[in-house]
Amino acid sequence: MFYREAGDFSTTYAEDQQTFPIKFDRYRYYVVLFVAIFVIPFMVNDYWVNSLFLPFLIYAIAAIGLNILVGYCGQVSLGTGGFMAVGAYACYKLMTAMPDVSMFIHILLAGVITAAVGALFGLPSLRIKGFYLAVATLAAQFFLVWLFNRVPWFYNYSASGQISAPERDTFGILITGPNTEAWATYMFCLIFTVFSALVARNLTRGSVGRKWMAIRDMDIAAEIIGVNPLRAKLTAFAVSSFFIGISGALFFSIYLGAVEVGEAFGIQKSFLVLFMIIIGGLGSIFGSFAGAAFLVLLPVLLKIVGVDWLGWPTDIVAHLQLVIVGGLIIIFLIAEPHGLAQLWRVAKEKLRLWPFPH
Amino acid sequence: MPEQLAFTIEVFMNGLMAGVLYALVALGFVLIYKASGIFNYAQGVMALFAALTLVGIMEGQVPFSHLINAILGTEVHHFGWHVPAFLAIVLTMVVMIVLAYCVQRFVFRYLVGQEPIILFMATIGLAYFLEGVGDLMWGSEIKTLDVGLPQGINVWIDEFTFEATGYGFFIDNLDIVASIVAAILVIGLVMFAQYTKQGRAMRAVADDHQAALSVGVSLNFIWILVWSLAGFVALVAGIMWGAKSGVQFSLSLIALKALPVLMLGGFTSIPGAIVGGLIIGVGEKLFEFLIGAPFLGGATENWFAYMLALVFLVFRPQGLFGEKIIERV
Repeated sequence: MFYREAGDFSTTYAEDQQTFPIKFDRYRYYVVLFVAIFVIPFMVNDYWVNSLFLPFLIYAIAAIGLNILVGYCGQVSLGTGGFMAVGAYACYKLMTAMPDVSMFIHILLAGVITAAVGALFGLPSLRIKGFYLAVATLAAQFFLVWLFNRVPWFYNYSASGQISAPERDTFGILITGPNTEAWATYMFCLIFTVFSALVARNLTRGSVGRKWMAIRDMDIAAEIIGVNPLRAKLTAFAVSSFFIGISGALFFSIYLGAVEVGEAFGIQKSFLVLFMIIIGGLGSIFGSFAGAAFLVLLPVLLKIVGVDWLGWPTDIVAHLQLVIVGGLIIIFLIAEPHGLAQLWRVAKEKLRLWPFPH
Repeated sequence: MPEQLAFTIEVFMNGLMAGVLYALVALGFVLIYKASGIFNYAQGVMALFAALTLVGIMEGQVPFSHLINAILGTEVHHFGWHVPAFLAIVLTMVVMIVLAYCVQRFVFRYLVGQEPIILFMATIGLAYFLEGVGDLMWGSEIKTLDVGLPQGINVWIDEFTFEATGYGFFIDNLDIVASIVAAILVIGLVMFAQYTKQGRAMRAVADDHQAALSVGVSLNFIWILVWSLAGFVALVAGIMWGAKSGVQFSLSLIALKALPVLMLGGFTSIPGAIVGGLIIGVGEKLFEFLIGAPFLGGATENWFAYMLALVFLVFRPQGLFGEKIIERV
């Protein structure tokens, strides 16, 4: 009834090629953006921002980044945590070295540095494929975490070995450090999330994205039809690491404020982001958001139900959470290997004919 | 004999012992990978689960006691008996076989024919699931595992080498036992695969599912068998590592250490797993001793194995003993 393309005519090429060609999709997107920009910032408090919105927005960026690599280009990576650490430490070094420069520039630069590191660790992907590559990216994960732990230059020789974000502002508004306001940090992350989603969406439907998908589907065949595997794989690694670096920088500077590298960016983080894109849907930008939302909401919900309502000890709830996440992954892989995004696609197909399916 | 050389030899020996344990975990991977094409990330968690179950049974813990207490408000903890080690190992093996059946029946039966990477991700999910279940069943505190294995420095080797070279080598009894057990296990598994009917069926399935099916091999049975064998290997690995450093979460991380071992040796080769394990064990101990600790600030064992495997694979993508990778369009 509402969701249909009938009567929705494109009269210019620009209209035909826009991101959301169907009117209902477009308006839904505008409404979501409107709510995110003009409604939520006026309603949130510290609890909501810190336990829901910030982790959601930041993990969504990381999930988009990893989805480009795994979902679009088919190169499985278990090094996400390590690359997020690169973003965080690059951001920290930039923040402390150049206090007067805007945080926007620091975070983007942190992304660029991570992209370079990512491309470096992507080099073996030209020779190594499949599982072997997944294990090879573990080298990046463990080596980078070790590096940031052991070389004092990275944490400015601080006694604790931790890095903590100094107070920085953008356009006169404080966005890092302990005295920030909830709406400011929220808006700052939202800008990066929207920017990442837009860039990723347009990259993946353009020629670069098509090359990635050709490599994913079969790299030898792609090479024969003229896709340069070196460039395609390395750009995938670089672009993916760029987003992951941004999310790592935000994770450290805005969300946590202080970070111990082994704890915040360990192998568990790599798996968490990987789960997000599996549950959300491989090869889908919407899926990255859905997966991030799901895995951010689940622990919060479990905590509310288990600890606050039933009064169980927190460690039991934490173990139950492992069981549920693990079980859900398996159920998703069995029932719907393409994740929440595929459920949404199926729902849309149904909606087009609703309420008269015949 | 100069001191430095003696130290190096001692480190080398200890590396060999550690390598044997890596090889033990890697064996579990190879078994499942060969027979079903599943890269079982949960192998390490299976070792943890087996060790937890063994300790729980020996101590007479009530399974899920924390959960039961939380739901019913009771205060149950222990049955109040102690099970002898041998019986407990047998009971744990039964649990692992039941686990193998459940994994096959409820998970991988539905995933036959999926892409390898999907299967791999399913085993990551399985690892999380098992870890949660293990913690819920037996509690997550660090436990000590004592099944009566000898521990501590081997005095005989110490004295013998001291007389022969003037420097007493420190080698742990437990490591020696572990190497002997691993050697027996490997020989046993190879004999099983080569000379028994089930072993032959297992190799047939590894070779070609369809052909094996058509001559009357039950895929279902073979897969359960293979997962049980992997469970057995996990149990042995769990006992060895558990006796060495206590039963705790970090036990499951040895699975990650087994990955570079597999990459070096090739995923499909049992001798490869052994040789790869020894190379990684010796390599990381020697690197830490000669380069890592003096020049790089230590703790290089965390990443050395992966870097070695990464560099190695760039030159030989199929590993030392793996089958040559042939790709066609």
